[in-house]
Amino acid sequence: MSFNNNLDQLYRSVIMDHYKKPRNKGSLDGDSVTIDMNNPTCGDRIHLTLKINDGLVEDAKFDGEGCSISMSSASMMTEVIKGKKLDEALELAEIFSNMMLGEDYTDKYDLGDVEALQGVSKFPARIKCATLAWKAMEKGVNEQR
Amino acid sequence: MNEIRKQFPVLNQEVNGHPLVYLDSAATSQKPVQVLEAVRNYYELDNSNVHRGVHTLGNRATDSYEGAREKIRKFINAKSTKEIIYTRGTTTSINTVAGAYGRMNVNEGDEIVISHMEHHSNLIPWQQLAKEKGAVLKYFELEQDGTITLETVRNTITDKTKIVAITMASNVLGTINPIKEITKIAHEAGAVIVVDAAQAAPHMPIDVQDLDCDFLAFSGHKMCGPTGTGVLYGKQAHLESMEPIEFGGEMIDFVDLHDSTWKELPWKFEGGTPNIAGAIGLGAAIDFLTEIGLEKIAEHEHNLVEYALNEMDKIEGVSIYGPRDPQKRCGLITFNIDGVHPHDLATVLDMNGIAVRAGHHCAQPLMKWLQCTATARASFYIYNTKEDVDRLVEGLRIAKEYFNDVF
Repeated sequence: MSFNNNLDQLYRSVIMDHYKKPRNKGSLDGDSVTIDMNNPTCGDRIHLTLKINDGLVEDAKFDGEGCSISMSSASMMTEVIKGKKLDEALELAEIFSNMMLGEDYTDKYDLGDVEALQGVSKFPARIKCATLAWKAMEKGVNEQR
Repeated sequence: MNEIRKQFPVLNQEVNGHPLVYLDSAATSQKPVQVLEAVRNYYELDNSNVHRGVHTLGNRATDSYEGAREKIRKFINAKSTKEIIYTRGTTTSINTVAGAYGRMNVNEGDEIVISHMEHHSNLIPWQQLAKEKGAVLKYFELEQDGTITLETVRNTITDKTKIVAITMASNVLGTINPIKEITKIAHEAGAVIVVDAAQAAPHMPIDVQDLDCDFLAFSGHKMCGPTGTGVLYGKQAHLESMEPIEFGGEMIDFVDLHDSTWKELPWKFEGGTPNIAGAIGLGAAIDFLTEIGLEKIAEHEHNLVEYALNEMDKIEGVSIYGPRDPQKRCGLITFNIDGVHPHDLATVLDMNGIAVRAGHHCAQPLMKWLQCTATARASFYIYNTKEDVDRLVEGLRIAKEYFNDVF
């Protein structure tokens, strides 16, 4: 059925895997940077904590509520930014933003599972779901620079 | 019903390869050809500003614009067209009451009472007014089934209550509130009542004299009219006592260097060139609805809701919010499916040609009360059919299977 093919572009199994088994779920204690962000049009909510030391994202955890796209995106984002320099993390956010706009992006980083979110660009109403966690990360990193 | 459906051109299309099933009329309704033609005729034949030109087109525009006001008066059985104020929509109508009547009559320590089921547009204006004045904002508590009892109303309203603001029909729970009885209790306590009729005016008969409400607000775009149109009804004595909140052309009588006087009602609240085409379109929408009959519309929606509730109940894992008795609710159903987030559900349905709303429906405090962050909502109108409900139910089964079994 063509309808399921279209849906499969959006909901690839790797996305559903992150949704059902989120990585880095929870909250970091101690001297972590905390960012709370929500998407007022739909109610999605993220609570992101980042451990930043010497210009490096040492650890990242998230908590929140939202659809499969927003939560899987958060899970993937925390995986890919761990161990990255702050500038690299910001660059990744920009790459992700370009990906959502359906534009070309550099292949200088291994994006891992994040690539699976490419299909979201064909669903304009869902782009905001996917970018929520990345916006939160950008905000947190910018505060520390 | 098929004859009615044919009059809505937008419904005759395929979306993502499927015939469109539009179940988002509580957000905005579709428009029949009669309304589209009225707007087009105005722009093609009569376009001109109102209340100022001496020329023929100006007169025609004014006649149609004021003629639509009379249609609105009749539609809600107001005493006079002086009580019918054109606005941009329910939000502007309620803000006008809060800003003009509320600012003048609410003082420190006074109470404003609203309910947990209010749309943000009937919540934030009162919340901000209460903050500004040091007044107390109180809420009618809801029963488990999303209704408000008259006992709660009696226990919440006190002699300190100056304003009661409540929806006639909830945009989330579908609950229809007993406005006439609540009005009586509010009046006995010396308070005025402001009724949000955004979800009621399109779907059921309204008689403001019978309700005896002080103010009533609704939007044109949810009742087959153009967007950017709305109505504020107010009892003449209240409106006379209120100062305008928008100043400019159209609403003035005499203007001096250091003072001005206002036009009489209703124009003193209509500063600037109004949405003339919109008002004329709204008049045509009212003709359209009146010809079908509001009782008949309400009955049609009750039947659809009853049918949909029964069919949805058959799907395991579906939770439905609001009263179970179809007679106690308007034509919408808010729900969730276990294991499928409402956004994901709405995307699956959209890929199947079915338009529903997903999110918090501009009622965040109510979502907290329901203990969820988002829900899905299917809302019905005169053009929807049992076949639409069948398509929805089929879509729900597909979504459930897709999310729970495929992965």
